Amino acid sequence: MSTEWPEEIYGLLREADIDQFAYVPDAGHDHLIKRSIADPDVHSIALTTEEEGVGLLAGAHLGGGRGVLLMQSSGVGNCINLLSLTRAGRFPFLTIISMRGDFGEGNPWQIPMGQSTQPVLEACDVTCLKIEDAGDVAATMTAAITMAFNNEMPVAVLLGQKLLGAKKF
Amino acid sequence: MTDAKPGGRAAGKTATGHIDRRACVKALLDSQGDDVLIIAGLAGAKGDVIAAVGDAPRVFAFGGAMGAAASMGLGLALAQPDKRVLVITGDGELLMNVGTLATIAIANPANLGVVCVDNEHYGETGFQRSHTGLGTDLAAMAQGAGIGAVRTVREMAELDEAGDMLRQSNGAAFVLLKVAVDDPPKVRIHWDAAYHKNRFRQALLGQP
Repeated sequence: MSTEWPEEIYGLLREADIDQFAYVPDAGHDHLIKRSIADPDVHSIALTTEEEGVGLLAGAHLGGGRGVLLMQSSGVGNCINLLSLTRAGRFPFLTIISMRGDFGEGNPWQIPMGQSTQPVLEACDVTCLKIEDAGDVAATMTAAITMAFNNEMPVAVLLGQKLLGAKKF
Repeated sequence: MTDAKPGGRAAGKTATGHIDRRACVKALLDSQGDDVLIIAGLAGAKGDVIAAVGDAPRVFAFGGAMGAAASMGLGLALAQPDKRVLVITGDGELLMNVGTLATIAIANPANLGVVCVDNEHYGETGFQRSHTGLGTDLAAMAQGAGIGAVRTVREMAELDEAGDMLRQSNGAAFVLLKVAVDDPPKVRIHWDAAYHKNRFRQALLGQP
């Protein structure tokens, strides 16, 4: 997988003063996670479950900070009830989701959550912006950052398997 | 005398703790000063905090999203390293996302304390017994998660030491309050979380 567009994402997040990087380890987010760990100016927060990221990011905003939640599509299901905090409190929420169960998926266990990721997020009022092509990364990430923080709304950027490549089995 | 008599919906329920939750939380919060930022978990814990310090701008209280109080406290503590942050939460809520203790332990911010008001029951839903009344020890779990500063409080006289630990710890701290099972009067605040968020930020940051 290229590290060029992930590095572009990291740069855009840092330019936007995002300094809390919350994640559950994931191959699709490998570069962003490693960059956040190596960067002395950010908090790199390993979670035990993705929903902790929903609370963490709301707490960051309460204190005047900014965070991003890096997760795989399977983690979206873990977040659903806690997104009521985001919506009830009108907190900004930015998540970047590496898709599984998407274009070219070969593991049937990944299909259910992968295919329902976007409908489930949209049912919870999370705006979804999907990226399929590396050339769209910068424009889409910039749009997502602006929308999440200027409007104090929940936004998910979905990194599709056309972009990431489907895992080989 | 601060022992509570089980009453209200809690009539007939028993717990291993005997100290009064409202008195206990108030004494602990009073010992921490009025510039400490507070995240109050839903239901009983929220009532304890509001009864102790009032509906104050430095409090963000949950009305739902059970399980998020501790992680929200972590995000706040990291964003405000020069302020002290306390999460006050119940045993039921902490059990729901008990892994957050591990997340807090490895991030280990010195300005974060988690206080669990453990009455061994799910008060909000009718005082069903919780795991902590059947042998689960949340202080041992906090210690096992890697939190270095952990105390269990069973007597009011032990609150001073727990309060000192919360103030002085050089890493994240955890206090388990083993309280009586009681049903103190409901404390109601406005439900609008966006209002409370904006009020909190206005007081802390000078803008909503």
